[in-house]
Amino acid sequence: MTDASQMANGGSTSPLAIELSAINKSFGDVHANRDVNLKVVSGHIHGIIGENGAGKSTLVSILYGFYAADGGLISVNGQITTIRNSADAIGKGIGMVHQHFMLVPNFTVLENVMLGHEGSLSIEASAQKARNVLNKLSEDFGLTVDSDMIVENLPVGLQQRVEILKALFRGAEILILDEPTGVLTPQETEQLFDILRALREQGVTILLITHKLKEIMAITDDVSVMRDGEMVAHLKTAQTSPAELAELMVGRKVLLEVDHTPAKPGVPVLQAENLCLTTANGIDHLKDISLTLREGEIVGVAGVSGNGQSELLDVLSGITTPTSGSFRVGTNEITTQRPSDPAQLRRLGVAHVPEDRHKCGIILPFSAAESMILGYSGTDEQNQGWWLSPSALEQNCADRMHGFDIRPPLPSLASANFSGGNQQKIVLAREISTQPKLLLVGQPTRGVDIGAIEFIHKQLIALRNEGCAILLVSVELDEIMSLSDRILVMNNGQMVGELAREEADEQQLGLMMAGIGAEDGITTSQMRAGS
Amino acid sequence: MSAPPALPRWADVGLIPLINVLAALIVSGVVVTIIGENPFEAMMVMIKGAFVYKGSLGYTLYYATNFIFTGLAVAVAFHAMLFNIGGEGQAYLGGLGAGLVCLMFDSMLPALVLIPLAIMASAGFGAIWGAIPGYLQAKRGSHIVITTIMFNFLAASIMVWLLAGRLKAPGQMSPETRSFSPNAELPFIHDIANALGMEMARSPLNLSFVVALLACVGVWILIWRSRLGYAIRATGHSAGAAQYAGIPVSTIIIITMAISGGLAGMMAINEILGVQHRTILGFTSGYGFTGIAVALMGRNHPVGIVLASLLFGALYQGGAELDFEFSTITREMVLLIQGLIILFSGGLAYMFNRPLAHFLGFLLTPRHAGGGRRG
Repeated sequence: MTDASQMANGGSTSPLAIELSAINKSFGDVHANRDVNLKVVSGHIHGIIGENGAGKSTLVSILYGFYAADGGLISVNGQITTIRNSADAIGKGIGMVHQHFMLVPNFTVLENVMLGHEGSLSIEASAQKARNVLNKLSEDFGLTVDSDMIVENLPVGLQQRVEILKALFRGAEILILDEPTGVLTPQETEQLFDILRALREQGVTILLITHKLKEIMAITDDVSVMRDGEMVAHLKTAQTSPAELAELMVGRKVLLEVDHTPAKPGVPVLQAENLCLTTANGIDHLKDISLTLREGEIVGVAGVSGNGQSELLDVLSGITTPTSGSFRVGTNEITTQRPSDPAQLRRLGVAHVPEDRHKCGIILPFSAAESMILGYSGTDEQNQGWWLSPSALEQNCADRMHGFDIRPPLPSLASANFSGGNQQKIVLAREISTQPKLLLVGQPTRGVDIGAIEFIHKQLIALRNEGCAILLVSVELDEIMSLSDRILVMNNGQMVGELAREEADEQQLGLMMAGIGAEDGITTSQMRAGS
Repeated sequence: MSAPPALPRWADVGLIPLINVLAALIVSGVVVTIIGENPFEAMMVMIKGAFVYKGSLGYTLYYATNFIFTGLAVAVAFHAMLFNIGGEGQAYLGGLGAGLVCLMFDSMLPALVLIPLAIMASAGFGAIWGAIPGYLQAKRGSHIVITTIMFNFLAASIMVWLLAGRLKAPGQMSPETRSFSPNAELPFIHDIANALGMEMARSPLNLSFVVALLACVGVWILIWRSRLGYAIRATGHSAGAAQYAGIPVSTIIIITMAISGGLAGMMAINEILGVQHRTILGFTSGYGFTGIAVALMGRNHPVGIVLASLLFGALYQGGAELDFEFSTITREMVLLIQGLIILFSGGLAYMFNRPLAHFLGFLLTPRHAGGGRRG
């Protein structure tokens, strides 16, 4: 603990809503929480900040009863308690708003809120009761939502309000929010903060988990910093600075600048024209996307997640067929009439690092050697004919593990047993080793530790310098800005603007991501709100 | 809420099935005691009946042959996360394929050509009967469990229709084809042994047992050593990853079901070419369903399937002996014991995983003071 932490906690006489002492939790060899102490003052907004993988989510999962700690004590409102499951947590007045909402999409707001608390056999009576409680909550906290709306028709920001209402409905006095702004536009984030302030006024204690410095500075009273499973500092927000927090998070002066030389763009590798993707029920994921990628350049796609970036990657990698429009890879044209598939595009030199490596990039029960040929199991050169030779796979994998510093260097180890950063390196090693002409990259450093981030960034730059065209999709603006030669901004399925590397700054990108600053003056988010 | 430490592989593959079988036997023993017999005596009779008495081992292995084929069929499908309940119908149709080839060509072709042809036909007919539900699953989204069950009934109806009609031997009443000529018969093992000068008791065990063991090797190579097997496992573990990889998921589902159906269909070579030497009604007698339990117990691995098949073969054969020796223990009692084994090693297959994991974790991890505090 630092001196500041003693100032923050030791000297305080306010009652504590939560006190954790010496919490430990290991997953196999990974020590996710190491002697973690935390004191959350009642009625405060307390931030926990740390990088992806620092152990923040593990800690709140322990607090909410998803995991049992290997050791340590939890006190809620001054009493030592055991939290075995989420029902225990709710019983103690702890509510949680998850990063991924836990809502039944085809239920109304009211039905979602009362789910599990129906009370009696007759749904009518308890629905009326719930409606009254809900109305009162909405009034008290300014959490206005139409309780008869079907949840899936609500915008993301409102769905999140339903989650908050759910927790309050269950009597939560301590609210945990796990990365609540990842899916929000800056405007929706601002609205969320207004709600959090209103909750604080009413005496609700809020624990905010985030990796974004700006949010900590904007809303919290106290902040705790986690790094590598340990609490490294407890500070008063008013007495710290973003620079200090960043240094504490990373453990050294942060200089995420990559050695970025000017690009030397060559001939076009990818040309997309008017790509559209509309689902069967009429939702537009992509609207008239046109873009050109040249040899030897990195084009970043910025945007709040869920604005069509994932669908763009799916279309360009051949997983989804566009509903209209076309794109050309080299001289091969792919249209709705002449669709392609990921295998064919790989043969044309298109490699793809998917956004979700657990769902797509590797197969968790497969050995690393087997995951290392995912997508190339029909074509790899170490094997011949119909057969796969385990020794050839493992030799190939061992070579790449050496080249990409993948640890532990054990080709036969199950993919699930590697850390996030090393899993990502497996994917990257596989996709880069084929010497692609075009690399599609989604969230290359999500859930990856800082050392691996630097390594991955260097690899991407090196690949660009060898002449590969790279399309980089990321929700991390810093990553987009430090790697890209050009930046495209997506909002609501459209490309709303393009900036050269030199002219990009965070404010401007943020506005464009929110749909503000489009040339005609009418913004997509306003259009959405008005419809 | 704490997850138990993962079971080591040897415990998962070796110890858990043993514990499951033991649990089933203990419950069976209780039932045997309740009806007034000595469970240990009954156990001895079963073991002797399955392995010791003259010719009994042959019977045990003959039953095991059926279970190996149907167990492999379920296992292959399961590697693609497909639950093939249709082994029964696929085996039945396999018998039709083998029967048709023999009826058509047994007077023209020599055994060395006829028998491989009949084997291919049994596999082929089973494959088609498996591939159709596969197609319906892949292209139309009809659930494979539902369609394969329905296809069992379809197969049964088709066989009744054919065996009571077109295929019925002329001039007789029973619903079966005429007997094939001797060159369509797979040789019995005891005949081979006797020809080699070894004394061996008569039993229905025939060369299809060897074919079954070859099929085990084939399945192992397919699943763990071939590009196709890689695609099958990738599809089974993660459809998202398979799609990302450009593996044609629909095609893989259809091919997997064809292979699965083909293996089930090959069960017919044991019954039709090996023992009956004609196609009869109802020769599958539930072996297709037992294959599900065999695959579950054998953890979808060929070696496990051979071991589980031996166990079920011994149960079938030893159970018959039990029925014969004790007046109070009837055929139904034997079915109960088999049912309990299926229940414990199939339905409750993972019941002992957590306790065992905790127990092993307790045994294997070094304990130190102060480590047991809980938050």
